[in-house]
Amino acid sequence: MEVSWALLANAVIAGLLLGGFYAAMSVGISISFGMLDVVNIAHPAFIILGSYIAYIVNDRFGYDPIVVAVVVSPLFFLLGMVLYRIYYICFERRGQESLRGLAFFFGILFITEVALVLIFGVDYRMVSTRYGDVTWRAGEVDFPMRLVVPFLVSMVMVVGVQLFLTRTFFGRAVLAVAQDQLALRLMGVNPVRVKELAFALSIATAGVAGAFLIVIQPVQPAIGREFIGLVFAVCVLGGMGSILGTLIGAFVLGLAESFTSTFFGPSWAPAVSFGLLLATLAFRPSGILGR
Amino acid sequence: MSNRIFAMVALTVALALAAVTQLIPNEYFFSAAYTVLLFVILATAWNILGGYTGYVNFGSAAFFAIGAYTTVFFYNAFKAPLAVGIVAGTLVAGLAGLGLGYLTLRLRGVFFAIASLALAVVLFIFIVNWDYVGGARGAYVLQPREVPFGLPRYIHLIYAVQLVMAAFALAVARAIEHSTFGRGLAAIRDDELAAECSGVPTLKLKIFSTMVSCALMGMAGTTFPYYLSYIEPSSAFSLSYAVNSIAMPLIGGMMSWMGPLIGAVLLGSVQQLVQVTVSSAWNLLIVGVLLVLFVTLAPNGIMGWVDAWRRRKGP
Amino acid sequence: MLGNSILSVSKRVLGALFIGLALTGTALAQQPLKIGFGMSLTGPLAGNGKAALIAMEIWRDDVNAKNGILGRKVEFVYYDDQTSPATVPSIYTKLLDVDKVDLVVSGYGTNVIAPAMPIIMQRNLTFMTLFGLNVNSKFNYDRYFQIMPAGPNPAVGWSQGFFDAAMSMNPKPKTVALVGADAEYPAMALEGAREHAKKTGLKIVYDKTYPPNTVDYSPIVRAIQAANPEVVFVASYPPDSAGMVRAANEVGLKTRIFGGGLVGPQFAALKTQLGPLLNGVVNYEFYVPDLGSKFPFLDQFLTKYQARAVVEKVDPLGFYLPPYAYAMMQVLEQAITATKGLDQAKLAEYIHKNTFDTYVGKVGFAKNGEWAAPRVMMTQYHGITGNDVEQFKKPGRLTVLSPKEYKTGDLKAPYHENKK
Repeated sequence: MEVSWALLANAVIAGLLLGGFYAAMSVGISISFGMLDVVNIAHPAFIILGSYIAYIVNDRFGYDPIVVAVVVSPLFFLLGMVLYRIYYICFERRGQESLRGLAFFFGILFITEVALVLIFGVDYRMVSTRYGDVTWRAGEVDFPMRLVVPFLVSMVMVVGVQLFLTRTFFGRAVLAVAQDQLALRLMGVNPVRVKELAFALSIATAGVAGAFLIVIQPVQPAIGREFIGLVFAVCVLGGMGSILGTLIGAFVLGLAESFTSTFFGPSWAPAVSFGLLLATLAFRPSGILGR
Repeated sequence: MSNRIFAMVALTVALALAAVTQLIPNEYFFSAAYTVLLFVILATAWNILGGYTGYVNFGSAAFFAIGAYTTVFFYNAFKAPLAVGIVAGTLVAGLAGLGLGYLTLRLRGVFFAIASLALAVVLFIFIVNWDYVGGARGAYVLQPREVPFGLPRYIHLIYAVQLVMAAFALAVARAIEHSTFGRGLAAIRDDELAAECSGVPTLKLKIFSTMVSCALMGMAGTTFPYYLSYIEPSSAFSLSYAVNSIAMPLIGGMMSWMGPLIGAVLLGSVQQLVQVTVSSAWNLLIVGVLLVLFVTLAPNGIMGWVDAWRRRKGP
Repeated sequence: MLGNSILSVSKRVLGALFIGLALTGTALAQQPLKIGFGMSLTGPLAGNGKAALIAMEIWRDDVNAKNGILGRKVEFVYYDDQTSPATVPSIYTKLLDVDKVDLVVSGYGTNVIAPAMPIIMQRNLTFMTLFGLNVNSKFNYDRYFQIMPAGPNPAVGWSQGFFDAAMSMNPKPKTVALVGADAEYPAMALEGAREHAKKTGLKIVYDKTYPPNTVDYSPIVRAIQAANPEVVFVASYPPDSAGMVRAANEVGLKTRIFGGGLVGPQFAALKTQLGPLLNGVVNYEFYVPDLGSKFPFLDQFLTKYQARAVVEKVDPLGFYLPPYAYAMMQVLEQAITATKGLDQAKLAEYIHKNTFDTYVGKVGFAKNGEWAAPRVMMTQYHGITGNDVEQFKKPGRLTVLSPKEYKTGDLKAPYHENKK
């Protein structure tokens, strides 16, 4: 096929828009895994949970899903706090987080998925938004609102998290906890409390990302599993513990998938992403911007 | 009991069970038992890397599928008999485990876990695109009309084969557990840094453990295409294999070879029963809830309870 | 006090029951006719599986109201196969060896039909199956019957109507793009489409598949547009069908005919979600309200089905699987009644040799168990406004393009100029 500049431009735009969305999905992992060392494999389950909550409210009352998600995010925050408490008491305190913590989150992922199936069934759910079918066209380049709006809100959220972590006291406490827990304790800050709140933040971001997901595509309970690899790939690629790294990693992945889809065939796009992950793990495990 | 004796005993028990159960008139028993045995092998295999070495492998489904698809490949290419498929599947899965281990075991355990998940996805896409083994459309492996050893139906044969393979896996697990190699793995599990400092060749041991674990997982998958006559990627790579292979050792107890056996027989039988009685969406929910409950409240599984009870009773 | 009255009432009830039982002693000697099967009540195809089950239960109730088959009341014994092949051997061996059912039929889809075949073949049973894709081409079993109307060569029969419609355009198109999901049905449909392309001399300018969990379909549609095909054939499952139709609208796909093999728009969920976005798309359907008069009795069935579907939260229209599930059971019923028994060999012979009057019209089977002639209807959507479901229950939203005996109108091409 002829490679017109329009095709190229559209591939780039689509890749970047997708990348923004991937960043929103992965920023939570960047916090929980990158900074707190908690391997929350169940992160995508909370994304899907967020999608379903947005769906219910949108279906019943017609409110915009993203607005709903933001309003509901304190609930996810609380959920995150409870989850971390359990995790800490049962695993971290006993020093068994590697194996059993992982298994614990794996179980949570499953229970969430199956519970959603039992309640909602396996049919795909979609939301209807005012901008869902609108596309801006700049010449031959398309900007579908279904991708643009989540992209913009994702950027706001990611930048917000970064600012929070670097400019506020609590945020810097989180960064500190990632570096040296003992030193933090010696300075009079309770690291467990800090980690608890940071983890809660990561779950809250997952809930909001869920709303983005259901605006972009139809959702059913099992698709969470498909995103496990993707969010971890983004974090590892970008470098653990760096929000900016996560952003870069997300864009790289979004672009890689978009280009592969457009020029080589969509079949291979996920393989490219995970191939990148495996390659990074093999050759530069600290990622692009890792510490 | 030495390893050789244990292996003989296990084999004898397996063959005896195979012979005796031939008397059961209905085929359903064999079908259900085959599935339970499949999980015995998977759980035992997973535990070699998981329980003994402390590294979590989320990609059990990938190695299971490697075993299954290798059988398909040899069937398509050479019309090879089952035995060839079994040997080939085990070897290929072992090699894949070697590859995965070599790439990622230099890093922390978490990365190995994520990489195993990523490998499962990459492999899935690879198989979906590989038309020779059926790709997305699936492959048919027809059971031969003539059943060897004069057994009445083919299901009886693969059930017996599965019994022997389960005995083999258990013997291997036990042999590892009681060997120097096993003690090295335990050292890695307890504190890898200390082990490395004490001179334990952690990387070599980890890689070998991964190889054995993945090879056995592949072995579990080799008879699968014959059992179903049809195999397609989504069900071969089903995450139910990954969850069960983690849940069963966890519930049974990860410290010894008996744990996965108990966990697999218990959990596997419960799942088979649930499948033909109540609605099966509850099946996976049960597994998930049990997994979470056991991992938080009873981290040493059923074997842990048995040990604690024995200790309380005194020497 | 209450206890005493309960006791006395129960004594009376028991007494009545006892007398009743004694009187109906002869009737009870007639054992129920047990039909066993696995069905997808959970898992990816559960939506269809549950709809099919409702249809089969309606059939069972209809038959039992007329005193059953050969005087025996029909009873179902079924288990959830979770849309997973791994459960099938256990389910069917249990049905046959433990539950001792008289007959078995299949679940829904190749995934659960293929693993049952060895068990069925070993026992020489007659097997009615529900929408398996070309399963019998591997087994060549002479007692296998398939109710999906794809015809003796399913891959080709599936898209026959689409390519006929495409080639009816004036001037004849020269190029075609083929796209579909990485999954079993699309792979088969695309294979058939490739054969059609060869037969009609169309040049294939794009032929790729995408993974089932693709998030964004716009790059795919753009790549297709870049190849400038005059015909675009899509074979997809519901989530990607929605994605592709949306992307086609987003990108403003310009082509002469678009669609063909999308699973999904046959169901209410997608019809209402996509609404007007479906206008202009050409796709296969199994039932169209505009043809109500050609399928007598189907209206009654659909009313019963739709009432139950709303309660059980499955597809409220029921145009896809349910009529065929019902028809499958009708074939079985007529065969049993005609051969006056359950001899599997005689049943198979009878089904091969005869045509049956069912709710989906006359059904006849080819030697390989598929339909004797393909009857996949190719339709074009038009006039859809808004997203309510009621408009789809009435005629006027679909034009049937083929087969000839059901045609209600002509194709309106090109696609991008006929999206209303």
